[in-house]
Amino acid sequence: MGANEHVAIDAKKRYQAGVLKYAQMGYWDPGYEVKDTDVLAVFRITPQDGVDPIEAAAAVAGESSTATWTVVWTDRLTASDKYRAKAYRIDPVPGQEGQYFCWVAYDLDLFEEGSIANLTASIIGNVFSFKPLKAARLEDMRLPVAYVKTFRGPPTGIVVERERLDKFGRPLLGATMKPKLGLSGKNYGRVVYEALTGGLDFTKDDENINSQNFMHWRDRFLYCMEGVNQAAAQTGEIKGHYLNITAGTMEEMYKRAEFARDLGSCIVMVDLIVGWTAIQSLSHWCRENDMMLHMHRAGHGTYTRQKNHGVSFRVIAKWLRMAGVDHLHAGTAVGKLEGDPMTVQGFYNVCRDTVTKQDLPRGLFFDQDWAGIKRVMPVASGGIHAGQMHQLLDLFGDEVVLQFGGGTIGHPMGIQAGAQANRVALEAMVLARNEGRDIANEGPDILKAAAEHCRPLRAALDTWGDVTFDYTSTDTSDFVATPTAA
Amino acid sequence: MRITQGAFSFLPDLTDTQIAAQIDYCLRNQWAVAIEFTDDPHPRNTYWSMWGHPMFDLQDAAGVISELNACRQSYPQHYIRVNAFDATAGWESVRLSFIVNRPSDEPGFRVVRREGIGRTLHYTLESYAVGRRPEGERYAT
Repeated sequence: MGANEHVAIDAKKRYQAGVLKYAQMGYWDPGYEVKDTDVLAVFRITPQDGVDPIEAAAAVAGESSTATWTVVWTDRLTASDKYRAKAYRIDPVPGQEGQYFCWVAYDLDLFEEGSIANLTASIIGNVFSFKPLKAARLEDMRLPVAYVKTFRGPPTGIVVERERLDKFGRPLLGATMKPKLGLSGKNYGRVVYEALTGGLDFTKDDENINSQNFMHWRDRFLYCMEGVNQAAAQTGEIKGHYLNITAGTMEEMYKRAEFARDLGSCIVMVDLIVGWTAIQSLSHWCRENDMMLHMHRAGHGTYTRQKNHGVSFRVIAKWLRMAGVDHLHAGTAVGKLEGDPMTVQGFYNVCRDTVTKQDLPRGLFFDQDWAGIKRVMPVASGGIHAGQMHQLLDLFGDEVVLQFGGGTIGHPMGIQAGAQANRVALEAMVLARNEGRDIANEGPDILKAAAEHCRPLRAALDTWGDVTFDYTSTDTSDFVATPTAA
Repeated sequence: MRITQGAFSFLPDLTDTQIAAQIDYCLRNQWAVAIEFTDDPHPRNTYWSMWGHPMFDLQDAAGVISELNACRQSYPQHYIRVNAFDATAGWESVRLSFIVNRPSDEPGFRVVRREGIGRTLHYTLESYAVGRRPEGERYAT
């Protein structure tokens, strides 16, 4: 492979009909000086055997911007130097032979303002199917302030959410209603009522609860709001239920959102699988109607989990913050679903920071200034229980919704008792942390002491105290020697 | 019933030592601590009466505790809460709030339902205590 294959060639030869190396077409520029207004991306690429990694990086830059497989003379009708993305750096991935991080810069003018659909169509439009690569993964992006500012971001955000709910200084508590499928509206509302009255702040529809024959959506909404209001009266607190408005068409989703609003719900929920444009539309609707938008990341594991191919969830989280969601499921680290603790903390930083700092052990490749758009409340949900309260608070701090579905509804003394156990464990742990105690180490003792004045907590600890999900994570940091453990 | 607003209502009522430890935590975070009271604890009653201004530039918890005791003396049967306010850019809001005094008897709320078309219901919460007597006399002394 001669060195000149990596050098852009002069215009006269460059535009002769035929096939050139992408690097020769100008998509590899190691001397490129990144501009503050550039969109930056880091891809992990695994070139096919015998494919030069620099050429592969140039191909990624090319295929995600202006290039096609052959030279086209019509490039010369444009300021093509500007529109061409530039791969400007390539590093071998530590400890992963045959994989490279390739860094690509895109000019701001390549992107339509306020459109995640347009951004993603460029960045992940077709490079992931590109034959010379065995695999490709979008690891991280830096979105310039100039571009972030064209998005409205979360309609409510953490601060305003807490002000509306009148809840400060502790994580919020939630639970997903179980069983996921089959309950009638009336029975479903009973679970909502019990969990909220027992002490949770929110209950939640699951991702696949829409409007099936066993429970049509209007029935669910009506009974859930009865449960929410009855629970508010019994506790003197504001309560909410994430009403899932995911449906087959935009029109139907708006209809469900409006019904939720008219019944007095403070929040609606939608699944990630509805797509970026639908999410942005619903976000705008929520902003117009003073509603919060809960995002359930249904389906993300199909492209976020494997390290060699797909899109990292930290990128999905960045896009969702710009698209404008208020709640985002971002992992538990200690629960039943995939999540290396430091990697998951990286997702939380993306949701909650005003400026996210580069932090390689947490998978964050860039500084990211959020240009004042609101913070997203991360949600930890999936296989967590009261016995892990110290770990959860230590890992994630106060600005999170902790969702204990099975850990509430499966309580041996009933749903209200399950909710109460979680709330007592949470408040005891926050109190102890604020008093300066080392909750990571003293956590089990703090829980035991709290259980002395709360029988449901004692029962929860007896039932689940030893349950852990100790499996090796798939999506781990490339920059720490050993995978982190919770 | 027991109104469970605030961060610690599911725990036994905090002692003054425990309250002081929480205030120290707020001061370590450079939050301004404020005391507020009400006898209308409706969850949407955002504006409780302020017992003076938030205490900016305070050095230790003793100042808050003495103000709290004065407030308790004046309003023994009111709800009193401690709020901590964070003026950091991007927060500029309350970061911790917990109840430190409550009436001996809490009658609570009832749900009022107004039926609408298509089985819809409009809900409102009505406080038993607020309905029966004027402000300042709502809870038994």
